[in-house]
Amino acid sequence: MEDADQGRERQGGLELIIGARSPRRWQDALFRRTTQLFAALVLALLLSIIVALAIAAAPALQAFGLGFFVTDAWNPVTKQFGALAPLYGTAVTSVIALLIGVPVSFGIALFLTEMCPVALKRPLGTAVELLAAIPSIIYGMWGLFVFAPFFADHVQPVLQRFLGELWLVGPLFQGAANGLGILTAGIILAVMVIPFIASVMRDVFEVVPPVLKESAYGIGCTTWEVVRNIVLPYTRIGVIGGIMLGLGRALGETMAVTFVIGNAYRIRASLFEPGNSIASALANEFNEAADPVHRGALMSLGLVLFVLTVIVLAASRFLIARLSLGEGRQT
Amino acid sequence: MRRLSAVLASAVLLTATMGAHAADVTGAGATFPYPIYAKWAEAYKAKTGVGMNYQSIGSGGGIAQIKAKTVDFGASDMPLKQEDLQTAGLMQFPAIVGGVVPVMNLDGVQPGALKLTGPILADIYQGKIRKWNDKAIAELNAGVKLPDQAIAVVHRSDGSGTTFIWTDYLSKVSPEWKSKVGSATAVSWPEGVGGKGNEGVAAYVQRIKGAIGYVEFAYAKRNNMTYASVKNRDGTFVKPEMSAFQAAAANADWKNAPGFYEILTDQPGKTAWPITGASFILMHVKQDKPQNAAEVLKFFAWAFANGGKLAEELDYVPLPENVTKLIETAWKTQIKDASGKAAWS
Repeated sequence: MEDADQGRERQGGLELIIGARSPRRWQDALFRRTTQLFAALVLALLLSIIVALAIAAAPALQAFGLGFFVTDAWNPVTKQFGALAPLYGTAVTSVIALLIGVPVSFGIALFLTEMCPVALKRPLGTAVELLAAIPSIIYGMWGLFVFAPFFADHVQPVLQRFLGELWLVGPLFQGAANGLGILTAGIILAVMVIPFIASVMRDVFEVVPPVLKESAYGIGCTTWEVVRNIVLPYTRIGVIGGIMLGLGRALGETMAVTFVIGNAYRIRASLFEPGNSIASALANEFNEAADPVHRGALMSLGLVLFVLTVIVLAASRFLIARLSLGEGRQT
Repeated sequence: MRRLSAVLASAVLLTATMGAHAADVTGAGATFPYPIYAKWAEAYKAKTGVGMNYQSIGSGGGIAQIKAKTVDFGASDMPLKQEDLQTAGLMQFPAIVGGVVPVMNLDGVQPGALKLTGPILADIYQGKIRKWNDKAIAELNAGVKLPDQAIAVVHRSDGSGTTFIWTDYLSKVSPEWKSKVGSATAVSWPEGVGGKGNEGVAAYVQRIKGAIGYVEFAYAKRNNMTYASVKNRDGTFVKPEMSAFQAAAANADWKNAPGFYEILTDQPGKTAWPITGASFILMHVKQDKPQNAAEVLKFFAWAFANGGKLAEELDYVPLPENVTKLIETAWKTQIKDASGKAAWS
């Protein structure tokens, strides 16, 4: 350590003597500056996107104020815009996606790390990661042409029969069973977020020191007890980070949702009814929005989505990073 | 030395081809006419060597681009009003006509067999008529077996010229629709689910039993969808056909429409299809680059004279000759270069 420090000092002295005449020094500085520039570019890009969105959103935000976020009128003819319906659709579809996606991902990750035969471990793990690589438009087309008809013919009638009359949850499952709507979008989103959440969960489960688990098994714990009392407490933060990563994807997903959500600016109790999400509203209307207020309203939606996703993704990164800091330490 | 000359030669060649590109004309806007503009451009380039580069970014984008003068012409499915044209220093003319067709998913009903009227369509799209065997529909269709089935309304979710034509028609035939919903490329729909693009609406209608939707004629034809006959202004039920669209375009009163502001819905004429619309081209009245303007106009003059067959192949409706004559006169009198000389003659 000391030696290295001295070496650096000596070099500093040499630099004074040779100065800029040394081509290698000069190259080094240039290289450092260039990479710095590239790194700064990312930040500049991020900032300029926020600024550009805010400027373009201004006409709508000026016209409607904060009321923009709590009204559900969306009428391009009378130029009345409110973000409530797409906000609601985005929130509900994302919640459905997580309600379905998290338990399934948890099961996948547990099986892969705790119970899976070694020979199966790699192929299964790769298959999960491959799911994440499928472009979202494929999910959308599959959702519209394969899943929605199946859902309408075989799942929705069953849900309606068994849950449609129940107190409190009944209204969630009423209305025309045509395979499109909030619930379908939520399920497609669940399929899309599972690979993300599952692979993060698997990775964090794997950092649990074997000695902890083996001691637990040694005193006679069942697999579930080990998971419940050792693995989960140790990886809690990482698991939450993985879920946030999935949430980030669910919030911003565009094409797959647009295909199946039904694209109607409505807030209804039933999950079978069509709705809209922020991302699909943008994808649908941006092309033909000529009026500055209409465009501004869409830009405001974009700004909201951008800020939301940045917060969620930053939180997930932060939590996952905290786990790797604590890696090896005991809880 | 030889290598140097090779490099020089290729450089010369490169600038030469780039020079040829500079003569190409550029346009941007509506997605509805894109297939036919692209087809015309291909045929025109093969004949004259002048290319036309059209980007289908949507009517809203097209209007913004021509105002910013980044393109030689803009294209919009929704005509601009005369006062908007004047403030922006633009002129507009129709270039191609298309029809919008109500399609449905009804078992046992032949294409064209079901008769509907504008007010009935407006009531269906407002959720006031909810069943296919509703009295209003049954009265018109004595011979057709109508099921006791809920009507599922399907509309476009994206902003589009097709929606503009459709809602403009409903506004003309139903005062209630006009006051409650109105007409635009995107509206606040009282009912139904939205599909993205013609293909999205077509897919939903084919999926959902009892659905009704509206698509461009080409989509209805190619997907063999069940369409309805619609009662026109003269009281006859017409089927959506090339001749019916053309009749609507020919009968419209273009002469007395300042700035060619004419929407072809609900036009008079016994054979006219009531849900027809034109797509428009926007150009600056005062041209900074008169040679580009002349190329654009040459292109459309060629398309009007020779592009009819190509248009019909793609199920678009070429403009009738009486209309193209009017348009060419408008070019001569309206589009000028900086010195006031006509850009086209």
